[in-house]
Amino acid sequence: MAVSVRIPVPLRNLTGGQEMVSVDGKTIRELVDNLEQSYPGFQDRICDEKKQIRRFVNIYVNEEDIRFLKGVDTEIKEADDISIIPAIAGGSTAWLTGTVGR
Amino acid sequence: MTRSNASTVSPLRPTGVDPISVLDSPDKIKGLVCRECHREYPAQPIYVCEHCFGPLEVQYRYGDIQTHISREKIAAGPHNLWRYIDLLPVSPRTLVNLQAGCSPMIAATHLGRKLGLKNLFLKNDAINPTHSFKDRVVSCAASKALEFGFTTLSCASTGNLANATAAAAAKAGLQCVIFIPDNLEPGKIIGTIIYGAHLIKVKGNYDDVNRLCSEIAGKYRWAFVNVNLRPYYAEGSKTLGYETVEQLGWSYPDHVVVPVASGSLLTKIYKGFTEFHKIGLMDKAPHTRFSAAQASGCNPVVHAITQNHDYITPVKPITIAKSLAIGNPADGFYAKEVVKQTGGAGAEASDTEIVAAIELLAETEGIFTETAGGVTIAALKKLCAEGQISKNDLTVAYITGVGYKTQEAVAHIGTRAYSCAANLKAFEELNIVK
Repeated sequence: MAVSVRIPVPLRNLTGGQEMVSVDGKTIRELVDNLEQSYPGFQDRICDEKKQIRRFVNIYVNEEDIRFLKGVDTEIKEADDISIIPAIAGGSTAWLTGTVGR
Repeated sequence: MTRSNASTVSPLRPTGVDPISVLDSPDKIKGLVCRECHREYPAQPIYVCEHCFGPLEVQYRYGDIQTHISREKIAAGPHNLWRYIDLLPVSPRTLVNLQAGCSPMIAATHLGRKLGLKNLFLKNDAINPTHSFKDRVVSCAASKALEFGFTTLSCASTGNLANATAAAAAKAGLQCVIFIPDNLEPGKIIGTIIYGAHLIKVKGNYDDVNRLCSEIAGKYRWAFVNVNLRPYYAEGSKTLGYETVEQLGWSYPDHVVVPVASGSLLTKIYKGFTEFHKIGLMDKAPHTRFSAAQASGCNPVVHAITQNHDYITPVKPITIAKSLAIGNPADGFYAKEVVKQTGGAGAEASDTEIVAAIELLAETEGIFTETAGGVTIAALKKLCAEGQISKNDLTVAYITGVGYKTQEAVAHIGTRAYSCAANLKAFEELNIVK
């Protein structure tokens, strides 16, 4: 199942300048793995050395931050709108440790 | 410094800055650097590290600045934030000057007595062109937008920034497009459109607006003051730190209480204090304890401080303090670190406490602040009660916005008005004169 993912400017050099790409995946984790397959180097840019999403990277599913969903285990459907957006300055590591929302 | 000096600025130099006597951008800025991985970038309108997505920050040539600056030069400068231009990342040739900065530092003796503080001061930054501290950051961002050759100024805002950006765009002759959550107070909406800005009300909260603006900034060549110009914009808040030190007779306060939304203001006041020491204007490093104030309905930074977490957990804001309603604060992590490093604390206020604090400040010091100021004063009260602030501590609380924009928060007091017929007898029957 392919979904459309909006790529931020700093990562478009990996997608040949494409703003939107189509990638397979049932969860955000699978999506990131498949982005790496299609665009080598992608994972290193948005994940740290422990393969966790970097604290300054925000991923949204249908305009909802995945920190308020199930983090990288958030399930996605074909019609979902996925955006990867750099945090404007800082960010949070909370969802990496399983503390999602309050 | 007295505010009345503002009118003495020479009309031949409307900014009050002589371009010959101050450093131009390349003379004082090395470039940008990632706060996380320390990769360096040229001074361009960019805001994230391409490698790790960390935030970028301006890198200064402090050695050159140190040889060029002095207390005397600052004192002889204009009565606005440009008196500190050698420490700001802007060119003297493209300044957008709304006369922001140099707001009053008020000895709050009556409020201090109520709270048990002998040396309480209020930095009243509602005394700015659009009545909030955002005029400082926007002054830097709009000036930088002109320097970079942008023709459109834009921002994501909870209201005060919208007002400041729209006013600066008008002054600079730039097109202006402002994005706000669709639930803001009417005063902030009117106070934006009046400057000729295009105002877009986005369905959602501030974090939704921010996300949209990040996407737009990736597509359009616009100057978003708090997105692609953020490294330069944020530096404007340092001037609140500089002014605090200068107005206290070149000394640091013992304790400061700062409202926290994105967390940038608190970190930049701290940076202002430390820079004065770094370039030799202050002999010692600051000893000031920094405390953070947030609303209970949007307290991600205070929660991290009180729970001693190393991370910020985002929240969905539910508070009347809309100007502080940022559930995923961009600089929250760094603000928490400053509080921790300086031995400060965090305190939060419920909506009821915010309203009570707005009234307390107005009735004791004659200052009508917005809800953010209510949060600050309510937090100050709690920190005093908890013993975090001692009675002799020289304490500064930052009032960052004016109450006239958010009158809805205290609209209930309108019922306290008296009515009487237009004759002396009716007046005296009210029995209000003691």
